[in-house]
Amino acid sequence: MKLITAIIKPFKLDDVRQAVADVGVQGVTVTEVRGFGRQRGHTEIYRGAEYVVEFVPKTKIEIAVADELVDQVIEALIRAAQTGKVGDGKIFVFDLAQVVRIRTGERDAGAI
Amino acid sequence: MSRKPGRLAALAVAALPLHSAWAAAAAAPAEPTLMAADTINSGDTAWMLTSTALVLLMAIPGLALFYGGMVRKKNVLATVMQTFAITCMVTLLWWLIGYSWAFTPGSPFLGNSSRAFFTGMTFIHGDPNRMSVSHLALTIPETVYAMFQLTFAAITPALIAGAFADRMKFSAMLIFMAAWSLLVYSPIAHMVWEPTGWLNKAGVLDYAGGTVVHINAGIAGLASCLVLGKRLGYGREAMAPHNLTLTLIGASLLWVGWFGFNAGSAGAADGRAGMAMLATQMATAAAAFAWMFAEWVSRGKPSVLGIASGAVAGLVAITPASGFVGPTPAVIIGLVAGVVCFIAATSLKRLLRYDDSLDAFGVHGIGGIVGALLTGVFASKEISGLDGSVLTQLEGVAVTVVYGFTASFVILKIIDKTIGLRVTEEQEREGLDISLHGESIE
Repeated sequence: MKLITAIIKPFKLDDVRQAVADVGVQGVTVTEVRGFGRQRGHTEIYRGAEYVVEFVPKTKIEIAVADELVDQVIEALIRAAQTGKVGDGKIFVFDLAQVVRIRTGERDAGAI
Repeated sequence: MSRKPGRLAALAVAALPLHSAWAAAAAAPAEPTLMAADTINSGDTAWMLTSTALVLLMAIPGLALFYGGMVRKKNVLATVMQTFAITCMVTLLWWLIGYSWAFTPGSPFLGNSSRAFFTGMTFIHGDPNRMSVSHLALTIPETVYAMFQLTFAAITPALIAGAFADRMKFSAMLIFMAAWSLLVYSPIAHMVWEPTGWLNKAGVLDYAGGTVVHINAGIAGLASCLVLGKRLGYGREAMAPHNLTLTLIGASLLWVGWFGFNAGSAGAADGRAGMAMLATQMATAAAAFAWMFAEWVSRGKPSVLGIASGAVAGLVAITPASGFVGPTPAVIIGLVAGVVCFIAATSLKRLLRYDDSLDAFGVHGIGGIVGALLTGVFASKEISGLDGSVLTQLEGVAVTVVYGFTASFVILKIIDKTIGLRVTEEQEREGLDISLHGESIE
């Protein structure tokens, strides 16, 4: 089992949700986050006072998947979240030690 | 309130052929007087009742939202609280003595105390009904006149609060505003608007409060940000407005309410009120666009805060001029005010290194001065029966600036030396909402 964490552009969230659902993902956790990468922040000006916004708003999604689904999910993520411009985000994949469904107590494959 | 010799003179002239000087004197009382109800004009009274409500709308919620949207999230409640509390406090001070000191005859500098606690302001049921009428507005009940002027007295100190946003103690703010209302606002209102006031006698034109309200508040704002010092982290930390939607709603409410302020300052529902309303609209639109384009050209983007600030600058600048000029001069006044206030709020403030948080001085002080001087240039005898003079206007500006700044500075210093003006560093970092009021917006 793997935990796939992807940082994407916020407006791509709906496309990404649809794409991963289409390849069989059952659940996704979404968080609004801020950060910086190669995409630089922007400058805001209020009555002449300039403020540099260093951290760009992004959306973080977390998906737990069975090993055989990992490549398909990654491809789906790339397909849906890509614009080709700097700032499209990144995908991190971690090994997942255990999964438990709280309602039933099921574990691992049955709980994903 | 405008000087209105046109109306008074007309009354006097109409009376002269019959009873000569006695009738002229009777037609134009020099102090608040009891009169029969049939002297009251219901159209004028209806408009002045409406105007009064409109001006109150400018302060709460208009100004409160305009300022509230511009501060950081941790200071929103403290900011709207200031406007609300000042409105309540000045209402009581106006009843106590403020109205009497401003709008009864007295010395060249201050009225008398005969209307303390609104003593003598009355309506007597009978046949005929009688009521007291101010000598400054003969066709409406004095109750309406005093209420209308109350709303001006309330919003003026609230404007100052923009200069010291984010860092003054609430208790110190209340004391400062109480002292300022009685020692600065009432005297200046008397000097400029009451016929025994010396600036009024000198011929200073101020239709709706360019000197009394805006220059007065702006210069007090400058004094307060100089005495208090800059906000912690000013120039280093981000202090972006937390919600410009609130600011735009506030600016819009100010714009709507300002028709009560300017067209209401006719004291009547007449042609001059109509002209004041039209001039107000023209100047506001022109100034909003002037600021927006100035910003677009020099900084690359037309901003929401810019167009809203420009609108307020235009409203400020047309305030002294509104009953004296036609629509075309109003457009010119608006264009000049938009650009000059933009420069004041963006470049001048940085150059002189004071922290006028929400540009109370940059918009109200500078805009008021632009408007007062241009009133001298553009005042039309056809509309007002009066000639303007730039030099006389300059005198009005200078007196207000010098007296307003000095008196505000002294009051602030006294408070600073006794109970202290500024919140502690810890309170300022935490935000005034939590540290002063024990509340927050989330």
